[in-house]
Parts: sequence; C-alpha cells; structure tokens
Amino acid sequence: MAPEITLNIRKTFVDRATIAVQLRLPLDPPSVTILFGPSGSGKTTILRCLAGLEQPEEGTISWNGQIWFDAATHVHAPPQARGLGYMAQAYALFPNYTVEGNIAYGLSGLSVQEKKARVNEVLSLLQITQLAQQKPAQLSGGQQQRVALARAIARRPQLLLLDEPLSALDAPTRTKLCEDLRMLLTRLAIPAVVVTHDWTEALALGDQMAVIDEGRLLQTGTPQDVFSRPINADVARVVGIETVLHGRVREIRDELATVQVGPVPVIAVASPGLESDVFVCIRAEDVTLELAGSSETSARNHLRGTVQAITSLGALVRVTIDCGFLLTALVTRSAQSELRLAIDSDVRAAFKAGSVHLIPRR
Amino acid sequence: MNWMAIWVTCKLATLTSLTLLIIGLPIAYWLTYSKWRWKFLIESIVALPLVLPPTVLGFYILIAIGPHSPIGRFYTDLVGHPLPFSFQGLLLASILYSLPFAVQPFATAFEQVDRKLIEASWTLGLSKLKTFIHLILPLSTTGLITGVVLSFAHTLGEFGVVLMVGGNIEGITRTVSIEIYDEVQALNYAAAAKTSALLLLVSYAVLLLVYAMNRRVWSVWPQK
Repeated sequence: MAPEITLNIRKTFVDRATIAVQLRLPLDPPSVTILFGPSGSGKTTILRCLAGLEQPEEGTISWNGQIWFDAATHVHAPPQARGLGYMAQAYALFPNYTVEGNIAYGLSGLSVQEKKARVNEVLSLLQITQLAQQKPAQLSGGQQQRVALARAIARRPQLLLLDEPLSALDAPTRTKLCEDLRMLLTRLAIPAVVVTHDWTEALALGDQMAVIDEGRLLQTGTPQDVFSRPINADVARVVGIETVLHGRVREIRDELATVQVGPVPVIAVASPGLESDVFVCIRAEDVTLELAGSSETSARNHLRGTVQAITSLGALVRVTIDCGFLLTALVTRSAQSELRLAIDSDVRAAFKAGSVHLIPRR
Repeated sequence: MNWMAIWVTCKLATLTSLTLLIIGLPIAYWLTYSKWRWKFLIESIVALPLVLPPTVLGFYILIAIGPHSPIGRFYTDLVGHPLPFSFQGLLLASILYSLPFAVQPFATAFEQVDRKLIEASWTLGLSKLKTFIHLILPLSTTGLITGVVLSFAHTLGEFGVVLMVGGNIEGITRTVSIEIYDEVQALNYAAAAKTSALLLLVSYAVLLLVYAMNRRVWSVWPQK
C-alpha cells in the first residue's frame, strides 16, 4: 500500500452542517493538498481533526498505516504524538517569547548547540535572521507569517498543516509570500495540507485539491482540473466560476456544441454524453473584451453587449456585460482604459469554445 | 503597638498566600480547563468563603478539626497536640477562608490565555504540563501576583475565622484584628487607632499594587 493519509470522519454541530468526509491523501512523493471551500464549509475542522485538536464523533484517521484516530476503539493520538507542523490562521505566535524563542519552543529534545543551529537554519531559510530578537508584537503581518512557518518547520515535521496561511495578509504581500511558500514547500519536501478559500492560492500552491462545501467533499483532482472542469454546479459555485448559466444544447457538430443561452447561441466544446439541459460555465479570466467591429480572432464566440457594472479588484477589473445574458470578464486596468470601458459603453466579448464548460443539469 | 500580633499576622498571611499559590494553581487549572459536566459544584464550593459568614466557616472548620472528628484525632495522634487554637489550625482555616481570593484571579488569568496559543504549543510537541509551565504560567503572571496579594491582604484582616478556630492566644494566634478588638473592649482607643491605621495603610498599598499591575496601559513605565 502506498503511503497515504486516510481520513473518514463524521462530526455533527448544533449550528452548522454536519461534516462527513472521506479523503485519501498520498504522501509519496510529498505533495501539497488544498482543502478548498467557502468559510464555514468545514475545511478548518477537517484540518483540526488531522492535527488532533478536535475529535470526530465517528470514523478513522490514519497516517501511513498508523492509526491516529479510531472512534470505534477510542484511539486518539494527541497532537503532540503526530509529528506536526501546524500553523493556525492568525499564526498564534507566543507573545512572551522572541522570534528566536518561538522557533526554539518546540525543540526541547535537542542540545543547546543543535537547537541554536536549527533555529539559525530556519531563520535563514525564511530570510528572517534579522528579526531573531524581536517580539511578535513588533512584527508586520508578513513577518509574523514567516516566523509562524519557521516555527512549524523547525521540528522537521512529517506533515505540515497550514490553515489559511496567507489570508491575514494584504494583497501585495500575499502574492509575494504565496510564491515564497510554494518554493518553500517544494524545497522542504514535506507533505502538506493547506486550507484556503482563495482560488489563486489553490492554483499556486496545490498539487491536488479537495473541494469542501457544507461539510461534504464535492470533488478532488488537480487544482487546474477542478477549476476548469467542475463536475457539477455546486463545485462551479464554490470554486468561483464567474458565469454559470442555464443553457439548452441545440446541436452538436464536429464535437462543437451550440448551446442556446437565453437569446444567444454559445459555441462550446462538447464532452461525450452531453445532455440537452446544461449549465454553461465561463471563467471571467477567459473572457476577452474588444471594441465592437474589430477583426476576426480564433475565438468562436463574439458577443456584442453593453457594460453593466465595473468593479475594481486591484490590478484587475471585473466587468459585467449584458450580451443577452450577464457575462463577467476579468481584464487588466490598462485594458479598461485602452478600451475606454465605462457603464453603458458598447463592447464585444470574445471567448474560446474550449473555455466554455458545460455541466449537465440535474 | 503590639509587635507580637503584627508578627503573627504577617507570618500567617505570608504562609497562607504562599500555600495558596501552590494549591491554588492546580485547582484553578482544573476549574479553567476541565470539561466535566458537574464542574460548577466544585466552583461553588471554592467560592463559598466569599459569601459565608466567617463565623459559620470557622464553626465548621472547628468541628472538622476538633477532637471528635477523625481528622482531628488523626492529627492529635500524629503531632501530639490538637489542631484547634494552634497556629497550624489557624493557618488551615486561613487557607480555606482565602481560597477564592487566590483561585479566582488565577483562573481568570488562565482563561485569558488564547486557546490558539495553547493548541500551538501542543502541536509543537509540548505536553499539557509543559505547556502550562512554559506558556500558560508566564502569560498569567499578573493574575498570579493578584491572587497572592489579594489572599495576603484578605488574611491580614480576617477576624471571625481567627476567633473561632485560633482563639486569642498571645504570640500564637492573636492577630492584629483581634488586637484591635481587644483594645477597643478595653477602651484603649489610642492603641486601636494606631493599629487600625497600620492595617488600613497596608491594605491600601496592597490594593494599589494590584490595580496598578492590572492597568492595561501603564503610562509611567516605558512601553516595552
């Protein structure tokens, strides 16, 4: 049997949906698994069950054949015995210790020299050597995040559990630290489970991904796969496909389907076994905007419309266009100014047939 | 001023507050972190001395350690003299009487330690005991000092329990508050006034210390 984590748990709550999840996470080669879902979906609770900080009512959790939890036989390995690097959402740095003290905190088994060497090693790995003598209260959010990561990996854990590792940071810091975190995870080669509700983080960090909603596991796969091919409308909603519409397949020719969406025909790549009623999913970043009347492109869909709404998202702008149905596009700020996009301006939206995901309606 | 009474009182208060530091910590820890359904029963017993008249508390302690109780007989057999009207008996009574004044500040301090920090400590491999020593205690110092100081101050001024359990034996169980009572009974107002003023000053100083430490923003000391 390949080394893996198996998790099959059930936990009920008074005020939220019951968590009932079955998961297998491969450990070899070490990979990063994303638990993805909206807040309140139960993903943090699953992570806490893995950490041993919470106990499910039913089920089992095993690590590489070793039983960590079994409700039937009342086995519960405490968090201390699981060899973890756990990072809580707000980092939970010890306010009474310096950065160095925080990192050395879990290294009780080592000699003074070994401890010192290990602390210096992770300090330089995370490029925070200059912060060693500071107290957590003096650090910025990004620095705190690095210290928390350093503390988590200092013990050389066999499993890293990161709960929303980047969500407490501002957007520019987040982008930078997200790249750093990916490089760190690759370099450490420690299996990791990362909880996030941000699809850019999921795409950037994950080798595989599990979509959780209302305590249920909806889909597993590589992040790209899950995002571009959600198996049903629930997944599409959770992973944030921007445009999800009802459609009816009119004809299929040369593996291209013409789908009627309201008054507009949309060309999409037809998957086998397509039914007549479908959800049409178009990711906002797959939609290109151009001025009406420009030349032909390879995109199969060109829809004329008027701009209904414009929302700024930092470097990007989300534009909602009425082209017979409401279509959302994600364009850069410079594109917005070049196209002189404003409310009620005429525009043409283009997207490839391959960017349209048809999900059978049930 | 009766220096002997002051000495007895200080000795009693110091020993009481130090003993409470030792036995109060595990009790407060248990009260804070236990998930036992009937925990409130113990909580109420610990808080009982807050509301019970000292004479009632003293009466029950007297009965419990008296020559007719198993505890009292056991102690007499062991040590050779009975517990009531001895300094040891008075110390035991003081500890019970001041128990909530130590345990409640301790428990409040423990409760204020963020659960996430404790969990982080566990995941870093530290046992519950080590987490208590290395994390919870250092983060609770203010509460610990408050508990010790309050139980010290509370013991300084106790009267009813002392009278019931300790009696009024010069040099052994006669404390400052009893001394003041005796002076007033003897119409010796000047002596009573001096001793009272001393007790007032000490109590005020002690409370100043507690409230100053519990200030969130301490503008006199430089911010660390």
